[in-house]
Amino acid sequence: MTDTAIEAAALGKSYGRRGRALDDCSFRLPAGRICAVVGPNGAGKSTLLALAAGLIRPTTGALTVLGGAPADTRPKIAYVAQDKPLYPQLSIADTLRLGAELNPGRWDAELAERVVQEGELDPASRVRTLSGGQRTRVALALALGKRAELLLLDEPMADLDPLARHQLMGTLMAQAAEHGTTVVMSSHIVGELADSCDHLLLVSGGRVRLGGPIDDLVDAHTLVTGRGPVAELAPHTVVESRATGRGTTALIRPEGPVGPGWEAQEPSLEDLLLAHLRSPDAPALLTPGTDPRTAPLAAPLAEGEVTV
Amino acid sequence: MFAYRIDRRSGVATYVQLVQQTKQALRLGLLEPGDKLPTAREVVEATAINPNTVLKAYRELEREGLVEARRGLGTFVRKSLGSTPADSPLHGELSQWAARARAAGLERDDVAALFAAVLEEQFTQEHGPEGDPA
Repeated sequence: MTDTAIEAAALGKSYGRRGRALDDCSFRLPAGRICAVVGPNGAGKSTLLALAAGLIRPTTGALTVLGGAPADTRPKIAYVAQDKPLYPQLSIADTLRLGAELNPGRWDAELAERVVQEGELDPASRVRTLSGGQRTRVALALALGKRAELLLLDEPMADLDPLARHQLMGTLMAQAAEHGTTVVMSSHIVGELADSCDHLLLVSGGRVRLGGPIDDLVDAHTLVTGRGPVAELAPHTVVESRATGRGTTALIRPEGPVGPGWEAQEPSLEDLLLAHLRSPDAPALLTPGTDPRTAPLAAPLAEGEVTV
Repeated sequence: MFAYRIDRRSGVATYVQLVQQTKQALRLGLLEPGDKLPTAREVVEATAINPNTVLKAYRELEREGLVEARRGLGTFVRKSLGSTPADSPLHGELSQWAARARAAGLERDDVAALFAAVLEEQFTQEHGPEGDPA
């Protein structure tokens, strides 16, 4: 097992005349993380997941998954596309059998069947008779049954009812806790993922805007309110500033202490995401260890260096 | 088995909720020394929260000396907090008092505010902090 689940270097993808879906994306996702890929519709989230799954090829740059090319590591990856493609004429039982036959040696029949049973689905029903949410459940049963090292899930919770969402997210988290599975889930709803994920990739306009452990990203920002002009915040990186009453509220990446006259608060994850989405020109931030242009943290420090 | 309940709208960090609920269970005697806390896998399966959040909460409880992790076995309660089990006379009296407050027409928030004010009175003067382990 490698310690890096996904590494992208200057990754880009164009779809002919439709323009660039992804442009110059570089990031590293350490293994064992539960990563939310968040961004507005059309941001490039699905393209990123399909590239990682090896279903499409990058136009520029490169991508390694679990230490190899996506096409070579496919046995260790499970991918659930946004439209949950399944064979409509197959029954649920046959669909699971297909999963077993296609994944010899790693298939967990008990888990896959349990996921289906928890939704009170009849294994004899054909996939085409199922509702959207029920099909999502069957698709997730297939993905979980594969016992993959990396789960790539594109909008996995979108059409599930709240009970099914809670139950399936619980099953996913239990798998991750037990097997150290890396999970990458996309969504445009932040709240849905905030409690389950520990890592974030914010994608918008085809670029990675934020990347890193959620706690570190939140810690790197401060929400300040004060009467002074924005210019007073000059030493800091100002992500977004807005007039509030007679003063200013700004989300900043502080470089040292914030001057007097400014009241500082810890931003919520939602504050962070919205501020970045409203300010497309704010510089991207990748935390150390998730920026492939800086070496992974563990390696250089292990070479006899002492850290305090 | 002991179960956690996550309130997503409380504004309290999830790991802090786990720590608080464990302490509450220790105070009420729902957990006693030697009892095993649910495994991280069990907690995340029931609550759909991130496994690291559970580990963070358990580390915090361990740091405070309330629980200990035994390798390969799980996390166990080391000591209890306070001494007011759920069936104690104090619990009964407080329960009666809350019922009277309700009968007198107080809302839940009124009762909570009143209780908080009395706590403040009783515990800030000569009594000092309650049951500090140190």
